[in-house]
Amino acid sequence: MTDPVFERIKQDVSDNAVVLYMKGTPVFPQCGFSAAVVQVLSHLGVKFKGINVLEDPSLREGIKAFSDWPTIPQLYVKGQFVGGCDIVREMFETGELKQLLDQNGIEQKAA
Amino acid sequence: MPMAADDIVALIKQGIPDAEVRIEDLRGDGDHYAALVISKEFAGKSKVQQHQLVYKALKGKMGGELHALALETRPPQ
Repeated sequence: MTDPVFERIKQDVSDNAVVLYMKGTPVFPQCGFSAAVVQVLSHLGVKFKGINVLEDPSLREGIKAFSDWPTIPQLYVKGQFVGGCDIVREMFETGELKQLLDQNGIEQKAA
Repeated sequence: MPMAADDIVALIKQGIPDAEVRIEDLRGDGDHYAALVISKEFAGKSKVQQHQLVYKALKGKMGGELHALALETRPPQ
């Protein structure tokens, strides 16, 4: 039996190299933690697909079960769950995030 | 729904007995915390796995009763 929400998530994270499940949109985040991750990605000049979980309650719950992670935002690179706001911020500060993006061949605009 | 800092620490220690937990109530409203958790359990695990252990110890309260908990985890140095 396949969960339709899981199928949709799998599709989205395989169709898009960098996906951010967030509250609100990249232009208009509706949560400080989501906004912080958008800021990091924008700073690195990474193209990403923002998916607004507030528009879909089944997705809002589904993404938490999918990754076994209780909070939003959630960042995925090449289908892999990278982390939430704290981890992304920490990885950005240590340079690990850039390294991960480089390793996965994700284009970044020089800031 | 606020949650007392002591309750959060108690839950984390219940789930991860050797954990050293430092917690800070960021706004004094019992709703926005930052915690540093240090445990031998974290050795060799990714950050995601480390945080998942803490979330597991919090038994589903994270994202529910507990709105904001900025987490930092690491094994003892």
